[in-house]
Amino acid sequence: MNKTDVLIIGAGPTGLFCAHQLGIIGLSCEIVDNLDKAGGQCIELYPDKPIYDIPALPKCTGEELTDNLLQQIKPFKVKFHLNERVEQLKKIENRWNIKTSGGIEFDVAAIVIAGGVGSFEPRKFSIKEIEKFEGTSLFYSIKDKSIFKDKTISIFGGGDSALDWAVELSNTSKVNLIHRRDGFSGAESSVQKVKELDEKGKIKLFTKFQIESVIGEKNIESVKIKHDEGETKEIKSDYVLGFFGLIMQLGPILEWGLNINKKTIEVNTENFETNINGIFAIGDICSYPGKLKLILSGFHEGALAARGCFKYAKPDEKLRFEFTTTSKAAQERLGIKK
Amino acid sequence: MAKIIYHTHDNKTHTVDVQKGLTVMEGAIQNDIPGIDADCGGGMACATCHVYVKEEWLDKLPIKEDGEEDMLDMAFEPKKNSRLSCQLIVSDELDGLEVNIPSKQS
Repeated sequence: MNKTDVLIIGAGPTGLFCAHQLGIIGLSCEIVDNLDKAGGQCIELYPDKPIYDIPALPKCTGEELTDNLLQQIKPFKVKFHLNERVEQLKKIENRWNIKTSGGIEFDVAAIVIAGGVGSFEPRKFSIKEIEKFEGTSLFYSIKDKSIFKDKTISIFGGGDSALDWAVELSNTSKVNLIHRRDGFSGAESSVQKVKELDEKGKIKLFTKFQIESVIGEKNIESVKIKHDEGETKEIKSDYVLGFFGLIMQLGPILEWGLNINKKTIEVNTENFETNINGIFAIGDICSYPGKLKLILSGFHEGALAARGCFKYAKPDEKLRFEFTTTSKAAQERLGIKK
Repeated sequence: MAKIIYHTHDNKTHTVDVQKGLTVMEGAIQNDIPGIDADCGGGMACATCHVYVKEEWLDKLPIKEDGEEDMLDMAFEPKKNSRLSCQLIVSDELDGLEVNIPSKQS
């Protein structure tokens, strides 16, 4: 059991800065995120794209922003629980008990949901009959590549994951790479590499093809693919891999009894508390009149939500407003030596 | 104002007047037309405002910017006439545009 003042759900910029604000006012927190690293959409969707509207930072990439935020919260030694999705929520007296997908339990005074547009999950094939093979001969991510040795693998997709795995697996497996168009979204160097391997016969490249159906009983035996112009091909496949990027899903949070409107959680603008006392929502996931989905708005919302958490974490104390430039207590919490 | 005609997957047709300068995605959201999620809010960072454009309109549309085709790779059942509706800005030229909304976005 992890006992802390506040649980933050989501390690994107908003969640990270909220951890900073909690630390400054003397509250402890831990952070859960479904991805394998901190940064949220900034890291997952646009790590290299510059952002131009972070106050006082004329230009920074998603990755730089994340690194800076992690640097900023370092003094508070925040514990991260990555690759975990929150599942169950239970109120026990005045505190909350939360369980994650991996069985981690938290006992907290308040919860801040900074979940963006939900947790990231892989996009899947749209054909129904392929579902039953998932986890045995169909995968959307690779945990153990040794199972593919000397097998025939059909990889679908045109991004970096599809290209990189096609190149990597072509060393030990027969690889078919199938993509819906001639262009690829992955790195140009990887595209060249795939094309070279195609010419050498190490990879079989099928462009302008999409999946049509899948054949097999217990395991996949072959896939039927269809060209833009209508031609179909059946290709033998022991395994199918799909790399179509990620989608965002609200998941179990939907069942918590929060007021939800068009995939966002309604909050007040005084402290960003939801309809449930002790549960706050900040960043892209919250909605209120005038809401702007900007990172800077998330920072503001996190600062106020952190202060909203105070009365639940320390009901007998009074929170005083202080500046970090002059507050001894805040500077001590930041580990500043004078 | 321009008329935009949305055909939803339940075989219903929604004809709405959309203010010039808004996107076809915003036209759908503001008029509560189901089937457009627009998770990222119009930033070309997801593919959940995907529509199929009626053939005769295809070459009247603004050409795809870098990145739109990459995002469409991730859309649910992309076709040749697929576009991201957040990239289609409503103008006089698009008065009467017809789009089909796919059965789902993800």
